[in-house]
Amino acid sequence: MYDIKALYEAYSVEEAINLRLLHPDAQILAGGSDVLVQIREGKRAGKELISIYTIDEIRGISLDETESIRIGSLTSFSHITKNEIVQKYINVLGEAVDMVGSPQIRNIGTIGGNTCNGVTSADSASTLFSLDALVELTGKSGKRVIPISDFYIKAGTVDIKPDEIQTAIIIPKEKYSGYQGHYIKYAMRNALDITTTGCSVNVKLSEDKKTFLDVRIAYGVAGPIPMRAKNAESFIVGKAVNDENCKEFSKEVLNDINPRDSWRASKALRQHIAVELAYRAIKECVKLSGGEM
Amino acid sequence: MVVGKSVKRLDAFDKVTGRTKYTDDLCDKSAYVAKILHSTIAHGKVISIDISEALKVDGVVKIVTCFDVPKNYFPTAGHPWSTDESHQDVADRLLLTDTVRFYGDDVAAVVAEDEVSASKALKAIRVEYEEYPFVLDVQEAMKDDAPQIHMAFKNNILNHSSQSVGNYEEAIKEEGLIKFDNWYDTPTVQHCHIENHICYASEENGRITVVTSTQIPHIVRRVVGQALGVDWGKIRVIKPYIGGGFGNKQDVLYEPLCAYLSTVVGGRLVKLDSSREETFVSQRVRHAIRSHIITYTRPDGTFVARKLEMFSNQGAYASHGHSIAAKGMGCFKQLYPCPNVEAECYTVFTNRPVAGAMRGYGIPQAMFAVESQIDDIANGLGMTPLEIRKKNLMPVGYKDDFSKNVNYFDSFNQCIEKGKKYIDYERKLKDYKNQNGDIRKGIGMAVFWYNTAVWPISLESSSSRMVLNQDGSISLQLGETEIGQGADTAFAQMAADAVGITLDKVNVISCQDTDITPFGTGAYASRQTYVGGLTIKQTGELLKSRILDYAQKLSGIHSGELDIVDNNIIAKADGKFVMTVGDLATTALYSMEDSRHITAETTFQIKSNAYSFGCCFADVEVDIRACKVKILDIINVHDCGKLINPALAEAQVHGGMSMGIGYALSEQELFDSATGRTLNNNLLDYKLSTFMDHPHLEAQFVENAEPTSAYGTKALGEPPACPVAPAIRNAVLNATGVAINRIPMTPHVLFEEFTKNGLI
Repeated sequence: MYDIKALYEAYSVEEAINLRLLHPDAQILAGGSDVLVQIREGKRAGKELISIYTIDEIRGISLDETESIRIGSLTSFSHITKNEIVQKYINVLGEAVDMVGSPQIRNIGTIGGNTCNGVTSADSASTLFSLDALVELTGKSGKRVIPISDFYIKAGTVDIKPDEIQTAIIIPKEKYSGYQGHYIKYAMRNALDITTTGCSVNVKLSEDKKTFLDVRIAYGVAGPIPMRAKNAESFIVGKAVNDENCKEFSKEVLNDINPRDSWRASKALRQHIAVELAYRAIKECVKLSGGEM
Repeated sequence: MVVGKSVKRLDAFDKVTGRTKYTDDLCDKSAYVAKILHSTIAHGKVISIDISEALKVDGVVKIVTCFDVPKNYFPTAGHPWSTDESHQDVADRLLLTDTVRFYGDDVAAVVAEDEVSASKALKAIRVEYEEYPFVLDVQEAMKDDAPQIHMAFKNNILNHSSQSVGNYEEAIKEEGLIKFDNWYDTPTVQHCHIENHICYASEENGRITVVTSTQIPHIVRRVVGQALGVDWGKIRVIKPYIGGGFGNKQDVLYEPLCAYLSTVVGGRLVKLDSSREETFVSQRVRHAIRSHIITYTRPDGTFVARKLEMFSNQGAYASHGHSIAAKGMGCFKQLYPCPNVEAECYTVFTNRPVAGAMRGYGIPQAMFAVESQIDDIANGLGMTPLEIRKKNLMPVGYKDDFSKNVNYFDSFNQCIEKGKKYIDYERKLKDYKNQNGDIRKGIGMAVFWYNTAVWPISLESSSSRMVLNQDGSISLQLGETEIGQGADTAFAQMAADAVGITLDKVNVISCQDTDITPFGTGAYASRQTYVGGLTIKQTGELLKSRILDYAQKLSGIHSGELDIVDNNIIAKADGKFVMTVGDLATTALYSMEDSRHITAETTFQIKSNAYSFGCCFADVEVDIRACKVKILDIINVHDCGKLINPALAEAQVHGGMSMGIGYALSEQELFDSATGRTLNNNLLDYKLSTFMDHPHLEAQFVENAEPTSAYGTKALGEPPACPVAPAIRNAVLNATGVAINRIPMTPHVLFEEFTKNGLI
C-alpha cells in the first residue's frame, strides 16, 4: 500500500505542462521504478503524482533530418537495447541500459526517468555524458535543448523548470559518427545491482587506426553527478594507439574524478577500479574500431 | 513402488500458476494492520513514549507501548520444549521492551485500519531514550569493561562449553612438529526467504487463532501461550504454505505480539506483515563466528594435536543461543579425529540483530574455518589438499561417543571420487600451477560433516495420521511441515509405498493446524524425511493391517495371506486379485452390518541420528585487477542415503549451493560503528547472489542406505550449504596463493588482500 496523495494522468505533453503548473508540488511519475520505491521508503510519501507514462508522443527512437538520434524520454531501457538505430550507431547505450536492474525493471524504467532522477549511478547517464548527448525540455513557452552536462546540477537535482518535462535525449550525428563506444558497469553482482563505478568511453581513431582522433570518457559514481574525465581525454587525443598510452590515459583519470569513501566502497577501491575500467574500456573501443595494440 | 522416483511435486502446478494460497492470500481483507516501532539506538532504556500525536492520525485504532505489555519473559527458539528446567531455552524476550539491546528492538506497536495510517502513526510517536554504550564485536563484548547487555550473563557470555581428547599440552612437546595457527571469520548473513514473515491473529470464544508463516506450528502454540500467560490449549496455530524459512521461521517471531494485539482490540483480526527491512534487522540472522584453530602436524601430515576456540556472535537475545556454536564445535574432533584435541566455544551477547537458526546451524561457519585451515596446512607442508584430507579424515567405522553415530560407509572417499571426476580435478590441479597473469584460475574443494535430527540433545519424535477415504484414497497428516523443500511429496511417496497404494491415492494435508494435526515439532535439523519416514512407515503399516483385517472379513482369506499392491488387495501366495482398496473402503464406510472408519495414527520416537557427509569442488577464475571471483564450475556430492525423489534432492542441493555461493562471495550485514544500525537492510545493498552470478550447479549423490532410517534416507536439507564457501575460498587460494581467512570474499576484501600480497 503506497502513501500517495493524488494521481493525475497526462495524455499529452501539453496536459503534462498544465498539470505541473496546476500542482507545483507534484512529483512527475514515468515508469515508477524509482519514484514508487522512494514513496515506499517514505522519502516521497504523501505526495501528489503526475503520471506522464501514457504520453506516447515522447516514446520511441528516430533519426531526424540531420541524422541526429532522438530518443523519446519515455522510451524504456528494453526498447533502447533492442532498437535498430541504437544497435547500428550507438550500441554502447543499448548495452549500458541493458545492465539496469532486471528484465522487469528494464521493461518499465525509462531513460528520461533515469536521467531526471539526477543520480550519479544511473547506468544511462555516464554513456550519455560520453556521447555528449543533449537534453530536450518542453515547457509552456516551447522547447529548449541543453547539453547533458548542464542538465545535471547537483546530486538529485537536474535543470527542469516548474513548467517543463523532459521530452527527449538527442545524440547529434557528429558525436557518434565514426566513434566506437564501450561501457563497463562495475558492481558487486551481475544483476539487480547499483553501479559501484561505471565507465563509458567513446573513441574515434584515425583512418589508419593508429592515432586517437578523439576520446570521450565519462564516469558514474566517481563524484556526486556523472562526469567526464577531461584531463585524461586531453592526454590521449592525438596520441598513438598503443598499450602504454592506454595505461597512461587510465592513470590520468585520477586527476579528474573524486570518488568518496562510503560503506558501499572505499575511495581507494573506487579509484583503483576507475583506472582499471578506463584501461579496459578504451582497449575495447580500439578493438571495436578495428585498431590493434 | 514410488520411493526413489522423480515424481512431480504435489504442489508444483499450483505454485507455478500462482494458485497456491499463502498466509497473506488467506487473510480476510477486514483485518487491522499492525506495525512495530523499532528502536533507533543500539543499547539503552526507554524513558518515555509520547503517543499523543500518533493517536490523532486518521485510522489509528490502538497504540501499545513497552510499558503496557505483560511482563512474561519467553524463549523464542524453535526447539522442542524440555520438561527439565535446566535444558530449557533462555526466556529473555518480552512482547515489547523498555530495555533496548539492539538498533531495531521492538518498543511499541500501532494497530490501524490500514497500512498507510499505521506507518504515519509510527512516524508521529516520540520516544525518549537513555543511551548506554554498545558493543558489536564478539571478543570486545567479552572484555571486563564492555557494556553489560543482560545482567545475568557476566562478560556477556551466554554460554561456554568445551571438549577435550587426550592431552594437548603434552602432545605438542613432541620434537619436530609443525604448527599452524590461524583465525577465520564468518559474517552475519540473513536467510532471505522470499516470503517475509507474516501472521494474523484473532480471538473467538476465549481462544486465540494465529495463522502464520512458520516452520514450527506446534512450537509457536507453546510460545504464544507462554508469552501471553495463556494455557497452551487456548492457542490454535495454523500454518499454510510458506515461501521459505531456512531457519528464520524456526523461531517464534511476531506471533505472540500479533496475538496480544488482537486481544487488545476486542479480538478483532490483526495482521502483522513484516517488511524486508525488518526481516534483516529485527528477526534472526546467522551467527557470525570467529574461529581460532591451532594444528600441530608431523612433516608427513599426521595431525598430532589440535585446538579450536570459537566465538559466536549471538546478538542481543538468546534465541537458539549456544546450540549453534556447540554444534559447530562438536564436529571438530570428529571430522579429522586426532588423538589430542582441545575445543571450546563461547556464545556471546552483542548489540547486534539476534542470531538464530539458519540452514547448517553452525556447520557452514565451522566448515569455513576447518576446511580453510586444512588447505593452509596442505600448502604449508607441500601436500595436495586431497592427500592431507585422506590421511586424516574420519575413517569408516568411527563412532561418536555422544551421538552414537557410526560412520558406516566410505562416504567421504566415494563423494570425493565423484567430485574429482566431474570437475577433472587432477588435470586442473596440474594445469593451474605457476600462473602469473592478471587472470588466474584455481581449483578447490572442501568436505563437510553433518548429522540428521537433534537426538540426543532434544526430543526426536514424529506423529502421523492416515485416514482411509470412501474411494480407497488416504488422507495423510503430519506435524512435520512443507516449507518449500518438497517434504509433502516425499511424505506422499513414502506413504504410498507403506500402504501399497499409488501416489495419486495419497492426499497430503499440507496445512498444519494445531487443533487438528498430530503433534510434531516441525521442519528443522534436516530431519523431515528421516523422522517423518519412520512414523509414516509405522502408521502406513498399521493402516494396511486394518484394511487387511477388514478384507479378511469380506473375503474369508486370512489377513496374513493378503497384501496391498497398486491399490488392489491380492493374495500373497499366488498374487490373485481379491478386491480393490476402493471397493473395500466404500463397503467399510457404508456397511449396514459392520461400518468402520479405518484410520491409523502413531508416534515414532527416535533415539538415533545419522551422519550425512559429502563435499564440494569449485573451479574459479580470479580477475585480480578487478578484484573479482567468477565461478566457472561447481559440484556438490552428497551421501544422504537413499534418495526418496532424486529430482527434488537435486533441487535441494542447488538451493544450498546458491546459498553457499552468496556466503562465500557477497552476502553480509554491515553495521554502522557509530550507531549500531544495520546499514544494508534491503535486497539492493545486501548482495544476495542472483541467477546471473551462478554457473551451472552440479549435484551428484552417493546412495549408501542409512541403516537407522525407514527408507534408508538421511539429512539433505541443510548440508548443501555447508562445504561451498571453503571450497571457493580454497580455489581462490589455489589460483592466487592468497589465503583469505574471512568471508564474504567481496571485491573490498580482495582489493585489500591482493594489495597486501603485492598482486595489485
